[in-house]
Amino acid sequence: MLVSYKWLQEFVEIDISPRELADRLTLAGVTVEGVKEVGAGVSKVLTGKIEAINRHPNADKLVITTVDVGTEKLQIITAATNVNVGDIIPVAVEGAKLASGLVIKRAKLRGVESRGMMCSGQELGIDPKTMSTEQAEGIMILPPTTPIGKDAKEILGLDDYILELDLTPNRGDCLSIIGVAREIAALLGRPFSPPQPTLRELEERIDEQVNVDIADPDLCHRFVGRLIKNVQVASSPLWMQQRLRAAGMRPINNIVDVTNYVMLELGQPMHAFDYNLLQDGHIIVRRVRAGEKIVTLDGVERALTPGMLAITDPSGPIAIAGVMGGQATEVTEKTNSILLESAFFNPISVRRTSKALGLRSEASLRFEKGIDIGGCARAADRAAQLIVEMGCGEAVAGRVDKLPEKIKERVIQFRPSRASYVLGVDIAGEIARDILTSLQFKVRDGGEDLLVTVPTHRSDVSLEVDLIEEVARMYGYDKAPVTLPSGGVSGGTKTREQIYTAHAGNELAAGGFFEVMTYSFVHPRVFDLMNLPIDSPYRNTLKLQNPLSEEHGVMRTMLLPCLMEVLVRNHNRRVQNGAIFEVGRVFVNRGLDTQPEEKTTLAAAAMGCTPGSWNVSPTAYDYYHLKGVLENLFTVLHTVPVKFRPESANPSFHPGRTAVLEAGGRRLGILGELHPDVLENYDLPVKVTAFELDFDRLLALSGRPADFIPLPKYPAIERDLAILVKKDILADHILATIKKAGGKLLNAVSLFDIYRGEQVPEGMQSMAFSLLFQASDRTLTDAEAVEKTSAVAEALAKKFGAELRS
Amino acid sequence: MKDKLHELGARAREEMAEAGSPEELDEIRIRFLGKKGELTRILRGMGGLSAEERPRVGKMANEIRAAIEKELTAKSAILKKLIKEQMLHNEKIDVTLPGTVVWRGGRHPLNIVLEEIENIFLGLGYTIAEGPEIETDYYNFEALNLPKDHPARDMQDTFFISNEILLRTQTSPVQVRTMEKTAPKLPVKIIAPGKVYRRDDDATHSPMFNQVEGLAVDQRITFSDLKGTLAYFAREMFGKKTKTRFRPSYFPFTEPSAEVDVSCVICGGTGCRVCSHTGWLEILGAGMVHPRVLEVSGYNSEDVTGFAFGMGIERITMLKYGIDDMRLLFENDLRFLQQF
Ligand SMILES: [Zn+2]
Repeated sequence: MLVSYKWLQEFVEIDISPRELADRLTLAGVTVEGVKEVGAGVSKVLTGKIEAINRHPNADKLVITTVDVGTEKLQIITAATNVNVGDIIPVAVEGAKLASGLVIKRAKLRGVESRGMMCSGQELGIDPKTMSTEQAEGIMILPPTTPIGKDAKEILGLDDYILELDLTPNRGDCLSIIGVAREIAALLGRPFSPPQPTLRELEERIDEQVNVDIADPDLCHRFVGRLIKNVQVASSPLWMQQRLRAAGMRPINNIVDVTNYVMLELGQPMHAFDYNLLQDGHIIVRRVRAGEKIVTLDGVERALTPGMLAITDPSGPIAIAGVMGGQATEVTEKTNSILLESAFFNPISVRRTSKALGLRSEASLRFEKGIDIGGCARAADRAAQLIVEMGCGEAVAGRVDKLPEKIKERVIQFRPSRASYVLGVDIAGEIARDILTSLQFKVRDGGEDLLVTVPTHRSDVSLEVDLIEEVARMYGYDKAPVTLPSGGVSGGTKTREQIYTAHAGNELAAGGFFEVMTYSFVHPRVFDLMNLPIDSPYRNTLKLQNPLSEEHGVMRTMLLPCLMEVLVRNHNRRVQNGAIFEVGRVFVNRGLDTQPEEKTTLAAAAMGCTPGSWNVSPTAYDYYHLKGVLENLFTVLHTVPVKFRPESANPSFHPGRTAVLEAGGRRLGILGELHPDVLENYDLPVKVTAFELDFDRLLALSGRPADFIPLPKYPAIERDLAILVKKDILADHILATIKKAGGKLLNAVSLFDIYRGEQVPEGMQSMAFSLLFQASDRTLTDAEAVEKTSAVAEALAKKFGAELRS
Repeated sequence: MKDKLHELGARAREEMAEAGSPEELDEIRIRFLGKKGELTRILRGMGGLSAEERPRVGKMANEIRAAIEKELTAKSAILKKLIKEQMLHNEKIDVTLPGTVVWRGGRHPLNIVLEEIENIFLGLGYTIAEGPEIETDYYNFEALNLPKDHPARDMQDTFFISNEILLRTQTSPVQVRTMEKTAPKLPVKIIAPGKVYRRDDDATHSPMFNQVEGLAVDQRITFSDLKGTLAYFAREMFGKKTKTRFRPSYFPFTEPSAEVDVSCVICGGTGCRVCSHTGWLEILGAGMVHPRVLEVSGYNSEDVTGFAFGMGIERITMLKYGIDDMRLLFENDLRFLQQF
């Protein structure tokens, strides 16, 4: 909402600057986003009359004009084509400044002297959107009655400031000049004087000529009509045009302009019907019937749906109530009589209709927030008054005023004690009374409390707490003290899951992975890119009804595609090495009408290698690197033992370099190198290794640290054992066999070398283990260690055909 | 014999002075003082001396031995020191070369900031609550005093799954879910961080972003307590000198409602580009929990009051690090992530 500072001053005396006013309003909850000076920078522009236009001797596109600016006659050269002798126009004289910063000087144009410039609206700082194309592009032609030699800024009302309001949706009452003026009056403690229209009327009466029936009173709570005769449609006076422009509206003609003017001034949307085109002068406000259509003012034929509210005459719909008028009864230059409508329509009905039709207008915006039902008659009178005063029509006596149900008075009990309780500051009854009265609430005594009648323009106020807010905001939020809640303050704690989630993130970060945050919605195509079969459960996604684009069309069921996208984006930007992880939710579809299961998932992906340096060579991010990172993670989280089982059937992953992770007998996730097909699909020319784990399950299996093992008291004996085995025997199995054969004395085993090369037969590999023997109750003898090592070697030979290497 | 001893002493001193290594000193000691050394050899001639001469020569020999040994020890210490100094000199490195890369990653800036926020409120006795990201219309809107067809629904452009199921547009549904679980017990003191979704996409809006919701419900919680709590938060988060300003506003689920500004973290309140020359930055929405919300959540709104607040983590993160485009937070360019 754009509000003219000058217009406000018609209803309340303002003795502070527009910028101070903006701050005061903002701190009272009517947020002013900005203050704009309309004719900012414009000076020395006068009104002038063109007395003569002559050809320029040296230029075809220029003319030499003589312009009377009151005190003198100026010779001005112009290229403008829309001016004629007798036109009154704004003239920038020598030394004038224009909105663009241009300074006008005496100049010679093609050898002829020019002492000024004729101005377009834009050059004077008028928003071109509020002017017709001719007006915006050509010289601004002023009405012939405009006095000559005056300051054009004043004549055009450009010596004004515009407050740009950013209103909250509850304050529909401030979508009008008087609404804002009312707030200012309360804030500044000044009298508020809203318009009290009085007008000269014809003898003839409206009730003989107009008949209004409200067939659906649940949707139309009031309908006021006024009939105007002998209408002369023309352009509206300059002051009115500029007021409309200041509010961002384009002037159309005097009748339409009056309806818009009243809407801006009083917040009551109005409509004017061409009375002679109404059948029988009979208006019926009713719900639309099946099959009814209307061509609206914008020339579009619209099919209406039953349930919408229409203004009709016996022939059918002539307007969509509260949303837009119809073309058939539109005011045109031929119009002779008009019926002005000033009504109250059900806010929800208007909102639904305008949404359904995709038609949002200044009118519907106000109706859906609830307008002042008590102000309909005044608005109709105000419009009639303006038309009469402007001399473009004559008002028929009286108005039609259909009010099916009496306006209910809302009385709220206000307890100053309760206000003090909620706000934490003592609010005296007198203060509350003064504030509420200044906002036009009627206040009566009711014992210790106040009985407050809510004015009809404040439909947002219905509870005591709403009044408390009114008092608080006018009293000043800054006057409330600054305290902390009483009662014991004890430190809050995180849950075990929250603590371990933080641990996991920190551990992965320490392990070289950067945390990313990606959107929860993905393109449905990602499942193809991940090579997933048609019947994959991951394809059972939840679809958004109204996504921003297909790229964000469905809720993700796995994190890996999101990480792949991040890797690809980085690779395309020449960041070709990197490791990332994310902890986020995935969504398991359980049907459209129920909330999905939300599973927290941890995924990581790495491409290329770790960065090398002058003393460290880079290492590839491969399966073993990520496995090591995971093993550290499990250590930090105190996870139960996790098994890595070979997995060759997952189509997203390399069949020979992938493992399924299991713990506590349940599947925890997957780790592996991505399948080359997936990399091809993503057009990524580097290897990627990744894992994705069920994080909820991981946390459930974590967090129980193992018992402390006392430090050994007796020395250990270390023995090395090198064997030759077939390559396809799993290390896990060999290690298990070693541990079993080593028995209790075998304290630890580590694999310290694997060799497959020239000295090893095809299909075989040499594996070297270090075995640590130790007893908790005595010093072991070498003989015992040798014997155990042989037992281990024998077991390996028996089980895997392993040969001992010396 | 005396002359021989004197000559030996002089020669030993000379050789010791020239010795350049501990090995040479050893060799000198063995040659002069060893069992088969020169001193022993000279002393073997003692038999030919008179009885009076013998003790005198013996004493002299001992003195010369002691002198040589003392000199050997001293010289050895000097040599060791020299050698160590040489070694240290040779071991000199260029301390300005970059350190060995102990490669590490990092947390996402949004989570770094979130953790800071969490810690501030944990210290004030709040616990952390969570709720679903895909919500019902009831919890996201209706229970928050936003019935269907309410104009305030326009404040949040919503992604829908179906007519009743949607992506939550705010973390506020966690308020109601938490109160429902807790009522009628008191107090309730939670913060609820999480992802929220709105149909917006430009330099200052992202279709997915992160909020932290706060809720305190108890007997005698006041608007002043809300002011105090958020003033404390702002000082902890942005520095001790940070001022807060409460402006009346509107949220359907709070009454009275406020927008909360903090003094600009860039210019300190004198006005700059970031604060649009106002000196203030809007970072929070807050208010007293609306009686209807308390009632639907199972509390008697006459006996119990509460306050609630919500803030966008992106906005705070952007202010803290001077990030000017929200999209950077979700592009996950590693060169960006490495800076935190
Ligand atoms: Zn600033």
